[in-house]
Amino acid sequence: MVEDLGRTSKPRETMDVKDTPFRIGDRDFSSRLIVGTGKYEDNATMVGAIRASGAEMVTVAVRRVDLDRTNKEGILHHLDPEKFLLLPNTAGCYSAEDAIRYARLARAAGFTDWLKLEIIGDEKTLLPDTHATIDAAKTLVGEGFKVLAYTNDDLISALRLEDAGCVAVMPLASPIGSGLGVVNPYYIREIKDRLQVPIIVDAGVGTASDACITMEQGVDGVLMNTAIAVADDPVAMGHAMRLAIRAGRLAYLAGRMPSREIAVPSSPTQGMLD
Amino acid sequence: MTDPEAIPVTLNGKDRLVPAGITVKGLLEALELNPALVVVERNREILDRGRYSAVGVEAGDVFELVHFVGGG
Repeated sequence: MVEDLGRTSKPRETMDVKDTPFRIGDRDFSSRLIVGTGKYEDNATMVGAIRASGAEMVTVAVRRVDLDRTNKEGILHHLDPEKFLLLPNTAGCYSAEDAIRYARLARAAGFTDWLKLEIIGDEKTLLPDTHATIDAAKTLVGEGFKVLAYTNDDLISALRLEDAGCVAVMPLASPIGSGLGVVNPYYIREIKDRLQVPIIVDAGVGTASDACITMEQGVDGVLMNTAIAVADDPVAMGHAMRLAIRAGRLAYLAGRMPSREIAVPSSPTQGMLD
Repeated sequence: MTDPEAIPVTLNGKDRLVPAGITVKGLLEALELNPALVVVERNREILDRGRYSAVGVEAGDVFELVHFVGGG
């Protein structure tokens, strides 16, 4: 009897493939996707998209309360800090001094000592000031922050940030909000290969294929905001990203075939008819 | 403006008059802000939440009142 695999077994939605836990600092995560909370049209869509993405950690920004508005609600009215690990950022800062000020304010809110350190060096490209980021990282690590540092896809900066004591290093795929995907997969792989701390690619992912290709480089996770928030249907894109991150991770673990520039037939060349 | 009981302070970059003798706790109440969700920086120093009722607002104080908003 031949087992009728085709009719009796359905492909499983998820597969148990041996994987190392996604650990940052002393914390394990089941999702390798971290998402931002900016740019959403409304809070209900944001919450729906985050749920669909499966992310456990979400970034937030520190800003002045708008005292002229009667509705002075911050994001924590919509996002339960018991259910998501908050990752405050220092977005908008252009110097180590500013970033350290924002970091301290973020920690004083009393929810977390984790921090996404981001110091911008150029207004047009929003590329990071890696020198200032390394300086700020040293200070903040010394103050007990768990620093996840946003940086360029540059190995030397990444190594210095690891030396500074960052719990994760987060090179960009491409400029913030550009949606260009990974412009330099070779540099991303080199950073992943050389550092011990988790590598999370932060910024530049535009759609699910970008997220998948990023994960196929072997990095530990991806952080994104715009790609989900400004999609026509952010909830559907959140779900697509969840699948893409998973698919990319599985493909990396499965080990891809070597690529080559010549065709090789898949069917036997022997046994052809005369 | 002519009220002798009011003192000038800066709140989130804007000049405002607040009642003399008000505490930081009183200031947050007057602004209808939840002290558990707002961080207060006074003259570039972060104020510990436990001190809000003990710290009085003084003329010329510069306050930054911040919270978490959506961001990436």
